[in-house]
Formats: sequence, structure tokens, C-alpha cells
Amino acid sequence: MTNRIDEPTGTEFVGHEWDGIKELNTPLPRWWLYTFYATILFAAVYVVLYPAWPLIDRATAGTLGWSSRGDLAAELRAADAARAGVVAKIAATPIEALPSDPALMQAAVAGGAAAFKVNCVQCHGAGAAGSPGYPNLNDDDWIWGGTLTDIEYTLTHGIRWDSAAETRSNFMPAFQGSFDAMQVSALAGHVLSLSGKAKPSAAGAQMFADNCAACHGAGGEGLPAVGGPALNDAIWLYGGSAAEIGKQILAPRHGVMPAWQGRLDPVTIKMLAAYVHARGGGQASAPAAAQPEAAQVAAK
Amino acid sequence: MAQADELDRPVPDAQKPRRDWAGALGAEGAKAPPPALEESAGLMGAGLYEAGRTVHNKRIDGPFRRFKWAIMAITLTVYYATPWIRWDRGPYAPDQAVLVDLAHRRFYMFDIEIWPHEFYFVAGLLIMAGIGLFLVTSAVGRAWCGYACPQTVWTDLFQHVDRFFDGDRNARARLDKAPWGAAKTLRRLAKWAVYLAIAFWTGGAWIMYFADAPTLTYDFWHGTADPIAYACVAVLTGTTFWLGGFMREQVCIYMCPWPRIQAAMLDEKSLIVTYKDWRGEQRGSVKKAAKNPDKYGDCIDCRLCVAVCPTGVDIRDGQQIGCITCGLCIDACDRVMKETGRARGLIDYATLEQCDAERAGAPASPAWKALLRPRVFIYFGVWAAIGAGLLFALGTRTHTDLTVAPDRNPPFMLLKDGSVRNAYTLRLRNMEARPRTMVVSLEGLPAGAVMWTEAVRLENAGPTQTVTVAANATKVLRAYVMLPPGIRGDDDGLAFAFRLTSSDEQHESDVAPTTFSMPEDD
Repeated sequence: MTNRIDEPTGTEFVGHEWDGIKELNTPLPRWWLYTFYATILFAAVYVVLYPAWPLIDRATAGTLGWSSRGDLAAELRAADAARAGVVAKIAATPIEALPSDPALMQAAVAGGAAAFKVNCVQCHGAGAAGSPGYPNLNDDDWIWGGTLTDIEYTLTHGIRWDSAAETRSNFMPAFQGSFDAMQVSALAGHVLSLSGKAKPSAAGAQMFADNCAACHGAGGEGLPAVGGPALNDAIWLYGGSAAEIGKQILAPRHGVMPAWQGRLDPVTIKMLAAYVHARGGGQASAPAAAQPEAAQVAAK
Repeated sequence: MAQADELDRPVPDAQKPRRDWAGALGAEGAKAPPPALEESAGLMGAGLYEAGRTVHNKRIDGPFRRFKWAIMAITLTVYYATPWIRWDRGPYAPDQAVLVDLAHRRFYMFDIEIWPHEFYFVAGLLIMAGIGLFLVTSAVGRAWCGYACPQTVWTDLFQHVDRFFDGDRNARARLDKAPWGAAKTLRRLAKWAVYLAIAFWTGGAWIMYFADAPTLTYDFWHGTADPIAYACVAVLTGTTFWLGGFMREQVCIYMCPWPRIQAAMLDEKSLIVTYKDWRGEQRGSVKKAAKNPDKYGDCIDCRLCVAVCPTGVDIRDGQQIGCITCGLCIDACDRVMKETGRARGLIDYATLEQCDAERAGAPASPAWKALLRPRVFIYFGVWAAIGAGLLFALGTRTHTDLTVAPDRNPPFMLLKDGSVRNAYTLRLRNMEARPRTMVVSLEGLPAGAVMWTEAVRLENAGPTQTVTVAANATKVLRAYVMLPPGIRGDDDGLAFAFRLTSSDEQHESDVAPTTFSMPEDD
């Protein structure tokens, strides 16, 4: 045989030739080949130990029984276990005593923020800003009271939620048929005058005193105890124009909120209340009521 | 095949398989195991795979060898000792001089502390390291490969361990071929135990950079350290043992991308190790040369340059990927030239351009002249400019930082009395290793604007708020700003800024511009 060695490089040919281009034999080290065998062996072992072959509706399980869902479940259990201490502490603390422990309050607000995203954003919005008919939870206007205790009660028992015995409930009568258009206009004008947006009128004032003041307060300041909304402020659930107010007088709409007792555990409800309260408009608990109970907890 | 009596007979270098990267196959000889794969007809008997072989490099002494010793001593000392240097930073920060605190997202290096938001300092250092390699390559060729690369340093160390246990080149080659008996087994086990000890120490030193070294050492030996620490040590022990003890030059030749990159960066002006063939050829013994001085050159073909090479190449074949330019063959050849009474430098650092000039008859120019060329100065300029920029940024950075993110949902909040409230998430950074009191104030809002935070509540709202930020920490503060009724801006809201001022003697301050959103006119 001739020409087995490439003259310039002194390298052997492998014997392959394409259009005059000959392949030189520059060999790989043998350990490279063994590395390749090792990867094959690794794959074989892996297929036995871990999920590998796709079947019709699942994959082979592998002898180790590992699964990514199992990993996730274990991580969730670990997270639950890590939270258990804080959760127990929140459970044992009456809600009005939460603010006196800033770290605990912070934990409750964080937990509430997570629960809010799952359970509340559908009506109240991701930023808790609400929309017409669905109250804004960031502001300082509270129909049913804005202390921690009030909010927790509302969450627990709902509003006009018939299946909950202790639900918050009230109904504004519809004045359709009782008032004519002139009267509605006068009354709506008076309501707007409460926040300085219209001129007061004697007729409207008289109608308001006769029909509205019992629930909304003489000056329209609202009665949170019975859920009478304040009418003297800048915040309107169903719109603040004279036409929208008139519509609400004739045929009031009534919002409904589910009672969360039974759906969520008491700790989650407490954390949700803390979160809503911390949105910036929460009202302070009456100090006299809050302190003794906190002291009792400490004594326990 | 191999007999015990071979142990006593020196193996002449010339009989040893010669490493020839251009055509290693034919030289494997009869003793090489049969190739793993053969395509008998097509391959004409040539193997597709090359049998593994150990480079037994011979001991040599000389300036480059001593330089290598010095570099090895410095680099290993820096690597093993650095995590143990203490550095007092006060009670609120770790006292380890160099610490990559991944858990707390801090990087400490003596007086410098890098936070995650300042990662551009680390990025800058990495860019400097990259350009530094270009700079070194254009100035002194593959000096990184030859002296400072960890693979080179540890391979060198392991080759010295070989020498300590098994003797020099010929003795090691004989022992390799000797049958496995009690003596050889014992020697091998002892040697591998030392390999393992070095490898373990190497892996163990690595983790010390990521946690307080004394604490971690205690935890490590009491079995209470993080599993990641044990895994790191195991992996690095394994790789050091395997790559340093067994793979060695195979890493440089087959695994490492750097020789390829270097091959692309070297040019005819780069400093490389060269064999001056016009002076050395034709090779012949001293005796032959004495008889026929016109025919023979200075190379006496003693193959000492091959014997001392840590990667087993023959530099006389010219520039090649296996040459890491460590200069040991220069030491070897210079010694031989001295013994034979010839001028040193038959093998020497030179550029290809210098070689051409010399071949044409010009006097040998000193190697350092290779340093003086525009590429070196340009790389140095870029490298130094980045370094100066980093130093400037480091010197002028404040240890107070404020960022602000306005709430976007809802952007503003109308309150009962018609006033408008905006909510902001403030991040107050205290980069000092002590708690500091800071004042947050509003700049550029109309009179009557007040702010409060979750901790302060509305009743205590005011134009400024004072907060304490823990040492070395970021405080996340939800702040509310309220404008009284009746103030309305345009559609874009009111531009204003939060200012954070430290209430200590430094009076550091940072401003974060933002916007106050409002309802459109009603």
C-alpha cells in the first residue's frame, strides 16, 4: 500500500476520501470513549431509579419513587411546619391585640395578602380598590365599621348572606312609587349638599329627616352599627352624581358578601382582616376594649 | 510482558513512546493495547482511539522551574489561607476578610462590601479578569496556562507527589510497568492517599469562602454543617483527585477551551516557547558534531526537553496546543547547552517574528521587546480604565440608598373628606455596619402634604418621618402621602421626590423621584 501517511503532517489516513479530500486519523483519547460508555451506564441506572419511560397515562415510576409533585408536597409541608409557630400565635391572640405585636401583625398582614389574592380579588380587585358596587377597602370609609374586630366580623359572617345566622344585614326601602321625580331630585340634591356639592334645599332637608336620617344619620354621617352608609363624604359605592343617587333612592341595590366562616379557617380570616385593616384606612380599636383582653392573653 | 528485572534497567528515553501530536498512532508500539475500535478494511489497521499514557516528567532545575515554585507557593497560599484572614468590621458584620455570604447576599472583601444591587462591581471585576487574560496573552502568550492556571498548579503539585513516592521519570515509568505486588500496591495506596488528602484539603478550602471559616470547620467535623458544604467538598475533592492526579495534561489538550481561544489570539508577535531549528538542526551527538561541524547543529538530540515537559510534548515540533509555555524545556536545554559548551537559548521564549529575523541573520533580540506593541498598550488601557472607573465608583458610593415604588393598583385613593392619598413602597438601605436613624422627607409637594407609615399611623402624620434602619440591612417601608382636598394636578399627577437623610455626622442623603397620582378633575 502506498500513500498511507500524509506527508506534510506525518499523520495516517483513515482511508476515507471524498472528492480528493482525505480524512486524517487524529484519534481521540480512549478515556473519551469510556466517558461515553459511562454516560450510557448512567442513563441505564437513571431509567431504573427515576421516572423515565412515558406510558399511555403516566410514566414509569422508578424504584426510588421520586416525583416532582412529591417534592412540592414535601416543600409545602415544610413551609407549613415552619409557619406553625406563628400561625398558632396568631390563633391565640385576639385580633384587637395584634397591632401591639408589630412582628406578629406583619406576619398576619403577609398571610392575609396571600389569602386575599385567592379569595377576595374576584370582587374587590387585586389592589383592593373595588369597583362600583364593590367597596374599596383602601379608603377610610367603612359601612359596617373599620376596626379590626368589625372587619373580622364582616369576614366571618358576611353581608346579607342568608345562610349565615349572624350575617350583617339591612335593607334600604325602595322609594319607587312613593316619590315623584321632583321629590327625588330635591332629595338627591340634599344628599349632595351634605358634602358641599350642591346647595341645600328646605324640601330636600325635610324629606331626608323624615325618610333617611334614621339609618344614615341626621347629617348623613352614617351609622356603622346598622350598616347605614355615610352620605356626607366623597366616596360613593354606586356613583355620586345626582342621577345615580336618584336611581339608588328609587330602586336601591344591595351588595352581598359571603360568610367565610366554614370556608376559611379562623386564622386565615384573622389574617385577612389584618391585611384589609392595613390597607391604609383601618380604624383604631377602642383602646379601653382592646387593652384588657390583651392583658388577659398575656396572663394566660 | 513486563518483568520484574525491568525495574532495575533504565529505560532510555529514545525507546519510550514518543508523543507526537501530529501522528501519535504509529509510535504506540507493540506494547500498546489493541485499539478499542477497528474498521479493518477502511482504517488499514490504524486505531480510532489513542491509548492512555502517563507523562512522567523529569525533574529539572533552572530559573523557570524556580519561578514556577514561587508562583505555586503564592497561589496555593492565597487559596488555602485567604478565608482564615480576620478583618474587624464591628459587631454587626462578619469578621472574615474575604467572604461570599450567599445566604445574606453580601460579598465582603477586606474593606469593600458589595450588595446585590451593586453587582456591577463584580461584573466589572469579571470583565477586568477577561480583558486581563487578553492582556496577558498579548504580552506574554500562554503564561496563564504555564504558571497560574489551577490545573497547571495542581498538576505540578501532584507530579511532585509522584516524584516523592516513586522517584524520577525512569523509576516511575518502570514502576508503572512492574507487576502488581505488595510493594507496588503499598506505594500506590500511599501515593493515592496523599492525592486524596491534597484533594480533600482543596475542596475543604473552597467552602471556607462561603461561610465563617472557623465555625464552618467546627460544624464540618461535628457533622452539623449544611449538606451543601459536604456535597461541595465531595465534588471538589473528586475533581481535584481525578483531574490533578490522573487526567492532568489531558485536561489542557482535550477538555479546556482556553488553549483553543489562545490559539486564536496568538499571532507572530506573541511570546511563545520556540525551538530555534536553524541553529539546532541537523541534530547530532557532540562527537558527531566535533567530527563534522558543518553538518550538525547545536541540538544533540538528548530529548531532555521532552523528558521534562509536564504535558509530554516535543517543543522541537513547533508551536502546538499541548505546549503550555511553562519554560521547563528552556531550563533543560540551557543546562545541556552549558554542559556542551554552547550558547544558551536553543529553546527559548521568542516571537515568531523574532525567530524569522534571527533565521535571516539578525542578532537575537531580547524577549521582553515582545511586550512593547500597541495591542498590549490598548488592552492595558482598557483594563486600567475599567479598573479606575470601578475604584472611582467604589470611592464615591454612599452607604445610604433609597428606592421608591408607587402603588399602581390603585394609583391613588380618594378619602372621605376629599383628600387624596397615595401609597409607596420605600426601600431604605443602610450599608453601614451599625444601626442608623434616618429621616424620610417629602420634596416638591404643596403645603399641607403629610406622610405617615404603617408604624406611625395617620394620627402622627407629618411632612417628615424618622425611622431606624438596622445595621447592614434594607428596611421596607410602606408609606402613605396625603394631599388635602382641593389640590389638583394635571393628568400626569405631581412630580415630587422622597429624600432620605442619615441623622448621623455623615449626613448622607439620597433622593428618589416619583409621582403623586390624583383623580381627574371632578
